Amino acid sequence: MMFDRRLITHLNWPLLLLVCLLAGLGIANLYSATSSWTTAALPVYLKQTYWLGLGLMIAVIICLVDYRHLEYLSFPLYATTLGLLLLVLVAGKTTMGATRWINLGGFNLQPSEIMKIVIILAFARYFSEKAHVRGLSLKELAIPGLLLGVPAGLIMKQPDLGTALLVIFIGGSMALFAGIRRSAMIWLGSGGAFAMAGGWFFLHDYQKRRILTFLNPERDPLGAGYHIIQSKIAVGSGGIRGFGFMKGTQSQLSFLPERHTDFAFSVFAEEWGFLGCLLLLFLYLLVVLWGLYIAQKAGDRFGMFIAFGVTAMLFWHIVVNLGMVIGLLPVVGAPLPLFSYGGTSMITTMIGIGLLLNVSMRRFTF
Amino acid sequence: MGLNPPPEEIPGIRRRFIIISLVATAVFVILALRLWYLQVLGVEHYRELSERNRTRYIAIDPPRGAIFDRQGQLLVDNRPSFTVSVLHQEIDGREALFERLAHLLNLDVELLETRWQAGLRLPRYRPVPLAVDVGRAAMERVQENSVDLPGIIIEVKPRRAFPQGRLAAHLLGYLGEITEQELQSGDFPGYRSGDLIGKTGLEKLLENRLHGQEGLKRIEVNVKGRELRQVTTRGPLPGHRVYLSLDTDLQQATEQAFGEQAGAAVVLDVHTGEILALVSRPTFDPARFARGISQDEWLDLLEDPQHPLQNKALRGQYPPGSTFKMVVALAALEAGVAGPETSVNCTGSFSLSPSYRYRCWKKEGHGRTDLKKAIKESCDVWFYKTGLDVGIERIADTARRLGLGETLGFPFGGERPGLIPDREWKKARFGTSWYNGETVITSIGQGFVLTTPLQLATMTAALANGGTVWKPQVVNRIENLAGEVIWSSAKEALTATEWSQRNLEVVRNAMQAVVSEPGGTAWRSRLEDLPYAGKTGTSQVIRRKSDEEEELEEEADIVPYRFRDHALFVAYAPADDPQIAVAVVVEHGEHGSSAAAPIAKAMIGNYFQRDAAENLARAERR
Repeated sequence: MMFDRRLITHLNWPLLLLVCLLAGLGIANLYSATSSWTTAALPVYLKQTYWLGLGLMIAVIICLVDYRHLEYLSFPLYATTLGLLLLVLVAGKTTMGATRWINLGGFNLQPSEIMKIVIILAFARYFSEKAHVRGLSLKELAIPGLLLGVPAGLIMKQPDLGTALLVIFIGGSMALFAGIRRSAMIWLGSGGAFAMAGGWFFLHDYQKRRILTFLNPERDPLGAGYHIIQSKIAVGSGGIRGFGFMKGTQSQLSFLPERHTDFAFSVFAEEWGFLGCLLLLFLYLLVVLWGLYIAQKAGDRFGMFIAFGVTAMLFWHIVVNLGMVIGLLPVVGAPLPLFSYGGTSMITTMIGIGLLLNVSMRRFTF
Repeated sequence: MGLNPPPEEIPGIRRRFIIISLVATAVFVILALRLWYLQVLGVEHYRELSERNRTRYIAIDPPRGAIFDRQGQLLVDNRPSFTVSVLHQEIDGREALFERLAHLLNLDVELLETRWQAGLRLPRYRPVPLAVDVGRAAMERVQENSVDLPGIIIEVKPRRAFPQGRLAAHLLGYLGEITEQELQSGDFPGYRSGDLIGKTGLEKLLENRLHGQEGLKRIEVNVKGRELRQVTTRGPLPGHRVYLSLDTDLQQATEQAFGEQAGAAVVLDVHTGEILALVSRPTFDPARFARGISQDEWLDLLEDPQHPLQNKALRGQYPPGSTFKMVVALAALEAGVAGPETSVNCTGSFSLSPSYRYRCWKKEGHGRTDLKKAIKESCDVWFYKTGLDVGIERIADTARRLGLGETLGFPFGGERPGLIPDREWKKARFGTSWYNGETVITSIGQGFVLTTPLQLATMTAALANGGTVWKPQVVNRIENLAGEVIWSSAKEALTATEWSQRNLEVVRNAMQAVVSEPGGTAWRSRLEDLPYAGKTGTSQVIRRKSDEEEELEEEADIVPYRFRDHALFVAYAPADDPQIAVAVVVEHGEHGSSAAAPIAKAMIGNYFQRDAAENLARAERR
């Protein structure tokens, strides 16, 4: 396919700028969060900048290929990723009690992250064909149920509750969006409740502890509750205006754990206060609404579902992460897109952004 | 491509997007509200928590005040002590760490583990002490290997040091950890669990003077409790300096003169009541307490039959024996019952009635004996007779005026009152009347009479100074850091009796004869060029033995230690211008003249005949 000059003019510049603005804030925040670290290795904020650069390149490359080609690739991609997830179980690399990675010689591939994107593609393919006005019946939901349940189960077995939940949230949102019959909803609702009750017994001890601790952090202030308590202290002590850049004591004195990854937002909240947080929330909300707008304006249903799926992915990451660091949700380990340090998260997010841009720029071309 | 219709054409899709956008916005509003709750409403609460997170208040122990003798010679000071502790948060691989540390310190791994477990109740940021007061060499070993000992730190704290070793241990006393009851008693405001306080002696008496004021260090720490910077510091204020009336040289000479013998000795300034030396033997090593005494060491000290922890100069109650004879002589002279020339023919025994016969220590008798000879050669018969003539009431009254029978107000150490018996006492104690035989044995300081070495020295001082019983003092003055005197002792007369100076002179002359005339019981302990006055005493631990028993013992030549007589000696010097009064009790020393008098001689000799050269050398050393 030849490069189409019109694509530049149709590129969704506001979204791209919004993303770069958020990523820039994130990098500045990482600079502050890790300023007390003295290691010879590359500083975290620089590494994140490289990841951002790589991510942008990937997003651009994704833009070059018409997303409609993906319609045929969706299921093969899904099957491949599922295979990788199985491979993880067999030959994965184990760190800190979890087996999530496949070592590809110096580079660790995390198939569960890929699954977040691939489930979007697979569901988009399925729903773009099957969705109809009356909504999906329970029988029609069987296939997407399997498509979602198998990888989610595999991920949970790694164990990685956070990613598994996110995959389920993404798929679930797409299914809801596609439309589900009322009777099917009732069945699913009651079935889900049973599953949750039953699932409690299959949770790992540390997972149970996290949930119990979420319900009452003071239960174990130096152990499992430590993260939540320290994060709330950081956020709360920020006040309206915050301590100022690089001046948050919770983060600068290392009381905040994992402050460059999952708890990066707490650093921001401590240093920039309520006003800074409102601005950040507003920017994220803009991204979400923009994504929904792109979905609405997509050229076809496949594009719409892709755009919606990507938006749901961003939305759930944002909500689960923020909910966690401000003590509304249990600590499940979800990164804040564009803000938390991590190559995997950055690449996944930028693939999503690339897809959004792709759908957006081709809304008029049939 | 694009086989399916565009979304715009799906019925109701616009409504669906509007609803979803609203729901997403609502979720963000919830997040914002939560942030508002935390950051706007909760800011003060969380700021406080944050503050508490990163700041620690750490008390700095003040250096305890030093104690000096009357010439400014150091008796008790502080030394740095090194405690090896571990920081909770930085510990990683405890077993291997303790293994290495135990090897370096030559300690049991189990011991470290026990201390670690005990320290878990401390706040997380407080280091857990693993080995207390390890000594410089061990400290340096730990420091050299600090790379292999992550989380191990060395804390430096002041600890009591005793440059004079065991000198005057009973007076100085020792420290111990404050107990829970003491903490709760309210007597120790500002003290915390783990603080050291004076448990005995001067350390206890002057606790609030010596303790000083603890400093406070406000530090900012990181999550590992590692100190990042000191925010503010209030320096500790060292305790006050205490100057005693003690004379280190004299104290030293006295302790040495005792050798292995048990007993006590006191030296007083006759004109002020200042204590120049106060010795109780055997003694203990106060440094062991400073180090933290072990249960075994403590039990050893407690169960020692010679009671090393007991301050016998204050708490030892001994029958005064013949040292009591001055009291009887003075009572007789004052009452006019006897005069200097009153003489008795001593045949070796005195019969109160045909069935009650009291022996003189000298079996063959002293022959014709007047007052001077009776004291000089310690004739018992003269005193049996004179005592009977004077009567117990006047003897008791004279004894009390000389400072016997009641505590002298020594401020610590649990001073005992001794006992001066009289009719009233006996009635109250036994419900029976007083017997003449009891007056007889009281006249030679036996029977019910009990005195402490401190009382004997006080009595001797009163005889020497003309009749004033000065309250014994041991602290001369207390200075603050700036060297200003914030307290100084004032001499205080407990009783001042207007004795006839002539009568006193008679008694004193006789006491001088004891030492400086051939035939005197302490003649062998005289000092050339330094005439002094004294009186020997031998007091029975149990009743006076019968002739038969005594002969048996002489044959066997063994009397069990605990049944041997106590040896006593009191003295003042110089004879013509009394400066100091001395009392010496050697437990089970058998004879005052052979066991106690030589010690007094060494003491007096030390005090008055210090070589000029030696004085010079001492001045230079200081």
